[in-house]
Amino acid sequence: MKVLVPVKRVIDYNVKARVKADQTGVDLANVKMSMNPFDEIAVEEAVRMKEGKEHHAAGTATEIVVVSIGVTQAQETIRTALAMGADRGLLIQSDADLEPLAVAKLLKAVVDEEKPDLVLLGKQSIDGDNNAVGQMLAALLDWPQATFAGKIVIGGGKATVTREVDGGLQTLAAALPAVVSVDLRLNTPRYASLPNIMKAKKKEIAVKAVADYGVDTAPRLTVKKVTAPPTRSAGIKVADAAELVSKLKTSGVL
Amino acid sequence: MAVLVIADRDGDTVRDTTHKTVTAALKLSGDVDILVIGQGSKAAAEAAAKIAGVRKVLLAESGALSHQLAEAVTATVVGLAGSYDAVLSPATTDGKNFMPRIAASLDVAPISDVIEVVSNDTFVRPIYAGNALETVQSSDGKKVITVRPTSFDAAGEGGAAPVETIAGADGGKAAFVSEEMVKSDRPELGAAKIVVSGGRAMGSAEEFQAVMDPLADRLGAAVGASRAAVDAGYAPNDYQVGQTGKVVAPALYIAIGISGAIQHLAGMKDSKVIVAINKDADAPIFQVADYGIVGDYKTVVPELMKALG
Repeated sequence: MKVLVPVKRVIDYNVKARVKADQTGVDLANVKMSMNPFDEIAVEEAVRMKEGKEHHAAGTATEIVVVSIGVTQAQETIRTALAMGADRGLLIQSDADLEPLAVAKLLKAVVDEEKPDLVLLGKQSIDGDNNAVGQMLAALLDWPQATFAGKIVIGGGKATVTREVDGGLQTLAAALPAVVSVDLRLNTPRYASLPNIMKAKKKEIAVKAVADYGVDTAPRLTVKKVTAPPTRSAGIKVADAAELVSKLKTSGVL
Repeated sequence: MAVLVIADRDGDTVRDTTHKTVTAALKLSGDVDILVIGQGSKAAAEAAAKIAGVRKVLLAESGALSHQLAEAVTATVVGLAGSYDAVLSPATTDGKNFMPRIAASLDVAPISDVIEVVSNDTFVRPIYAGNALETVQSSDGKKVITVRPTSFDAAGEGGAAPVETIAGADGGKAAFVSEEMVKSDRPELGAAKIVVSGGRAMGSAEEFQAVMDPLADRLGAAVGASRAAVDAGYAPNDYQVGQTGKVVAPALYIAIGISGAIQHLAGMKDSKVIVAINKDADAPIFQVADYGIVGDYKTVVPELMKALG
């Protein structure tokens, strides 16, 4: 089974996003960037499928292709995935911050070329927080979708996916080919070992341009402004639990 | 302009997330219809018809719709979309699952997790887990929107809208297998009015449970955890509050032994009242807390239990 894993380069999850003074966006200059944490989980799961780790039979995945759409430096993100165990990479270079619909259309074009059996990706990126690309890609391909995966079992021509839903878990069987978006509980991604980082340097990353795919990526949304949320100011220190309870009762939350 | 709201069905009724989404919809148009989806949903449709301000309720029943599977929901909604200028759903896991699929099927850019309706085409939504707010204007003829329920008041009761049965779509290439809903007396983390969260200071899974569970039970609260506590194995992953976990906004959030890493603050700083208990007086959590107690949780939590009576 061939697995396509789309990954995104985003602000590292430990860095606080700061809004630019001119309200045009979030300041990305000189900020540590990393692979979107949910995408890292998707890469890890694909590699486990290839290695036969956990409940996966060895060779469940035969080839793992990683694709990223973004700036030139997104090659570093792809390289991280290659060091984790993916086989080859594809960067679709774009300096514009594309909307999920445009990303889904580009990924559909990649799927048409690569013909994977499974697209495995993070449920959302931690910058735009749209939680949309996987579902949109599935719609454009007319493939079944299984979002927010906490467990994935491949077999019998389908992906049996246990999904993290409000209030519990739901299990679906999606006929392959399918799109599966992953949630936090699926696995804990590995740190790439030094030998694997060295090996990844020799793996291929193809670089293409958005224009090579001939799809409409024109934005549908105009960002009017990006502002900082209302700030909270530090409150008061109370001496002990009894004083706390009386304050909470006065303020009406207890 | 007419707006379709997809209901969040709960057995024979609809959750108040539906009422809150109706409030957002009424800011767009006076003509708001509700779509109730799922086999055996007649009672839920009748409950939705009582929401004030609703024009009519559409009831779509089919086996494939029983579990709100994205493929069947999309086929049903796309068939209705011609009559509507906007489709709204609460940003529940169901809404987040099917709304982008509906949007792509209509060649529309979805607008996720809206917290404010500025005008017919302009909306405010959080990005970076709420560390920034983005105001976006949509140029799409149709809008497909999920609404963050905690940001809107619930529409009242007292309506008497007619209920109309429509055809529900058949299934797609995904099939329901099973579901396992948590049978807990505690409220769900995302919907709880009070959340008590524990951090790495607890030191072990046993200690985490021994400290957090009795307090949560006493307060009728949900239990959360910092990523550090989850990573250390003290709490299950679905407890995680933060940028990579759940974003919560309860009336009262009590952080116990949590230092307040950026990624944790992103998940809870919209809570109405924040209480922090930490032995380090310089912990960043105190910068967002309304009430702070500097002290070891091992002494403070038992005192708190006593003070609560």
